[in-house]
Amino acid sequence: MPFIGNTDSDRRRMLETLGLADAGELFTDIPEDVRYPDLDLPEPFAELEVLRETDRLAARNAASCGRLSFLGGGAYDHFVPSVVDYLASRGEFTTSYTPYQAEASQGTLQAIFEYQSMAAELLDIDVVNASQYDGATAFAEAAAMAVRAGRSGRRKLIVAEGTHPQYLEVLRGYLQATDVQIVEAGTADVAASRTDEETAAVLVQSPDFFGRVHDLRGIADRVHDAGALLVVHTDPIAAALFRPPGADGADIVSAEGQPLGIPLSYGGPYLGMLGCRQKLVRKMPGRIVGETVDTEGTRGFVLTLSTREQHIRREKATSNICTNQGLMALRAAIYMAAMGPRGMQQVARLSYENAHEAATRIDALPGFTVLPGLFFREFAVQTPVAAAEIVSAGDDAGISPGIDLGRFYPDRRDQLLVALTEQHTAADIEQLVTLLERWAR
Amino acid sequence: MTDSRPLPELLWEISSQGRSKPHLPRHSAGDGVGPPVELLRDAAPNLPEVSELEVVRHFTRLSQANFAIDTHFYPLGSCTMKYNPKVNERAASASGFTRHHPLEPEELSQGSLELMWRLQDLLERVSGFRRVSLQPAAGAQGELSGVLMIRRYHADRGDTARTKMLIPDSAHGTNPASVAMAGFDAVQIPSDEEGNADLEAVKAACGDDVAGIMITNPNTLGLFEAHIREIIDVVHECGGLVYGDGANLNAILGVLRPADLDIDVMHFNLHKTFSTPHGGGGPGAGPVGAGPRLADYLPGPIVVSGENDGGYRFEMPTQSIGRVKSFHGNFGVLVRAFTYILMHGGEGLRAIAENAVLNANYLRTRLAESLPTAYRRSCMHEFVTSGKIGEVETMDVAKRLLDYGYHAPTVYFPLIVKDALMIEPTEGETRETLDGFADALIAIVAEAGENPDLLHEAPHALPIRRLDEVKAARELVLCYRPS
Amino acid sequence: MNFDDSVKYQKSHEWARKDGDLVVVGISDYAQDSLGDVVFVELPEVGATLKQGESFGVVESVKSASDLFMPVGGEIAEVNDSLSDTPETVNESPFGDGWMIKIKPTDVSEYDSLMSAADYEEYTKTLEEE
Repeated sequence: MPFIGNTDSDRRRMLETLGLADAGELFTDIPEDVRYPDLDLPEPFAELEVLRETDRLAARNAASCGRLSFLGGGAYDHFVPSVVDYLASRGEFTTSYTPYQAEASQGTLQAIFEYQSMAAELLDIDVVNASQYDGATAFAEAAAMAVRAGRSGRRKLIVAEGTHPQYLEVLRGYLQATDVQIVEAGTADVAASRTDEETAAVLVQSPDFFGRVHDLRGIADRVHDAGALLVVHTDPIAAALFRPPGADGADIVSAEGQPLGIPLSYGGPYLGMLGCRQKLVRKMPGRIVGETVDTEGTRGFVLTLSTREQHIRREKATSNICTNQGLMALRAAIYMAAMGPRGMQQVARLSYENAHEAATRIDALPGFTVLPGLFFREFAVQTPVAAAEIVSAGDDAGISPGIDLGRFYPDRRDQLLVALTEQHTAADIEQLVTLLERWAR
Repeated sequence: MTDSRPLPELLWEISSQGRSKPHLPRHSAGDGVGPPVELLRDAAPNLPEVSELEVVRHFTRLSQANFAIDTHFYPLGSCTMKYNPKVNERAASASGFTRHHPLEPEELSQGSLELMWRLQDLLERVSGFRRVSLQPAAGAQGELSGVLMIRRYHADRGDTARTKMLIPDSAHGTNPASVAMAGFDAVQIPSDEEGNADLEAVKAACGDDVAGIMITNPNTLGLFEAHIREIIDVVHECGGLVYGDGANLNAILGVLRPADLDIDVMHFNLHKTFSTPHGGGGPGAGPVGAGPRLADYLPGPIVVSGENDGGYRFEMPTQSIGRVKSFHGNFGVLVRAFTYILMHGGEGLRAIAENAVLNANYLRTRLAESLPTAYRRSCMHEFVTSGKIGEVETMDVAKRLLDYGYHAPTVYFPLIVKDALMIEPTEGETRETLDGFADALIAIVAEAGENPDLLHEAPHALPIRRLDEVKAARELVLCYRPS
Repeated sequence: MNFDDSVKYQKSHEWARKDGDLVVVGISDYAQDSLGDVVFVELPEVGATLKQGESFGVVESVKSASDLFMPVGGEIAEVNDSLSDTPETVNESPFGDGWMIKIKPTDVSEYDSLMSAADYEEYTKTLEEE
């Protein structure tokens, strides 16, 4: 009973107060034939034993020994400044919950307000909420929101190519019980031209799954002229350098916030960023913090617009989301505060330059071709052999050279998706090129 | 105690151009040529510029303006604010986990996969379900998954006329919201005089248009559903399936496996029952367990153990509703829950339930005269009373508790108890803590009679007084704007 | 509590008043009092046609949201746009400046089926007893 405060004598006294002889009497409402089953669990571990076990498991992962990795595909190994872990692990942040009692939760509330403000500035959009689960669910909720906010009767979503395949899966999963039609189109340009009177929204990811940055200037006007909304899914590091979605006229913006100081952690917990124009805010799901004053006029922060949410609106709510990723939003806030505007741009620029250096070197290898298009920190390479073979050789060399795109697209078995961040060095790129040279011809 | 110094300014208000000094490399490995200018931002984002020391002070000061389990008793009903063991954090911080990329090949991910497989197995043993998926990111996402599974099950049998999902009126709002997202109509089942879902109402509602029922047990009144067996039978007999909302699993850990009642699908809240930190709102994790009818419909991928070499790999259940988030669930949260369960074993888990229920009943009894519960039964892990005392409202009592150094219980929920005050002490608290809290509430009830304004105007001892939620909602200032 | 007897009521607490060819609709003093401070009113688009009993909008306080129902069916002829900036008008003047919509009714006889002020007041008393 490792974390129980009361002693046997406490329990006896408490049971006496209740007029009971045994704690078992508290469970007599539970049908007797199924009460107290044998769970057949392992014997309890001591603290040092459990850590030995979890450390052993962690050590079985490739990541344990600082392996050189060029993996991206929706999760990026950006540097996490020391202050992020230090501050975000404070128990006052980690062991509180949703700030239902605002006066006792000003720390969380102000931090989230600052996150909302910094994220809105970064994405150049009016409002960002306090978080969704991850990029995929933020994208799916953005799409569902676009149907709600769009002109009535419009039940079609046009999704441009290059959308993260798992995001598409989640989108289809979220909308599987509705009559919303999801149409995959070509480029953003093609998607815009296919917008018709049944289209609620056009959805574009930039940078997309292949790392390509799309020029979205003019797209919003065309989508709006056809009476639809534009949803753009982006990356927060890219948005520090490239034209942010809001500048290109997006109505709703989603992003995976993991690059903002959140560890890879085998895929979660991450941060779903979701924002929109002010006029759509009542259609947006998820908690939102607003500024107000107390009875003496002192500024403070509260959860607001709660009537959109499940605990009040129940079946008419904008979403069922309750628990969100508050601690991850806090990490993002600390990250952005530590980086400042120039730091954010510098991370983006270094990542861009490293990726382009690697691409140039790889493209020069006979038999390897970097696929065309402007990219940010990630690019697809046509490989002379199956990408799986290269990945497997990388295993032996202690390098993760990239993602075998055949895992996601059967017709791309000879393509490798390679990502670099500001953490990579010239020597790292050299190692990658040396590995790939084996197949150059 | 919470610091009573004024709250820090916003970062922008202490910002000074040129002050932020990110510690980044000066040069890349490349040639320094940037992207085409026409696709760049017009200007750098207007983020605050502060020194690292200011960042540290700012967020440290903010943290001190929070009530948290580490600093305060936090009896927030329905949220299971139990002690979050620090060993969980240490286990999850191993670099082999934190730096593990989600798209690393399975052969290089055997540590994480083994942990996930074993956690699935542990949760199956605790709950009795045939299979568990760790995909969902939170309880509400687990609910959506479970209801979509029910939908798919009926659809596969050509049984498409089932459009209704029964939900007791004591349910969390996430239940009807999840049902709506899954395309069903929520049908509300009233509660009877004893605080149970009304069996006769369930019988009357059942028919060939009913897809199933979502039932939380123990329910949000903190009561074990007295007619649970009959309800499950009636729903099954009409062809419906049973969703068990596992939000209150803490009360029955090791005492009852929900699947033994023939529940078809249930989510776990790892951030409640299995002690992973609530993080000021999240992250959580909401794994879903399913019995024989629905196991093949679970969201995926889930981890399976290889036949011969003992390797672990991902697999999509054959009839899966698909994935509900990217990658493999909130892995970092899973590590913490795994650690917690291993430290307890079967007996330890049962002790959690027994102490949680004992603590709740002790507190209920201590408050029986001042704040009697709505239903005169012994409770499970939590209980609900009314916080309205004369002209003093529940919210006033909640705010006054903050002055006494306690986080307030959940207020105005469940909706079926007017002016509800919902108290969940959890198993980790000592008798002395419970006595202190009971004494404070009894004192507040006395204050309510003697000096109601003291409560109307509470809190008095915090850095901020009662906040104006009406102004916040009418004027909507949702991000910082330079004045 | 004001039960304005120049208007008619329905059980969901909307009032209706004939104004030439149109029917003006708002919520009762009783309703605004039970809601508390109104923070937002969502109103339909002008030109929409709705039946009696259909929802035409939502009125929100900080902690609750209530659907608004058409006391008579018809076309939405006008909506009170000023409520978007000053929703508190619903609290301050529920029967006056706090009006919500004007309907061009399809069937004027629906108006006659509504409750009188006296009947509505009796009805609200039964709610208090619950």
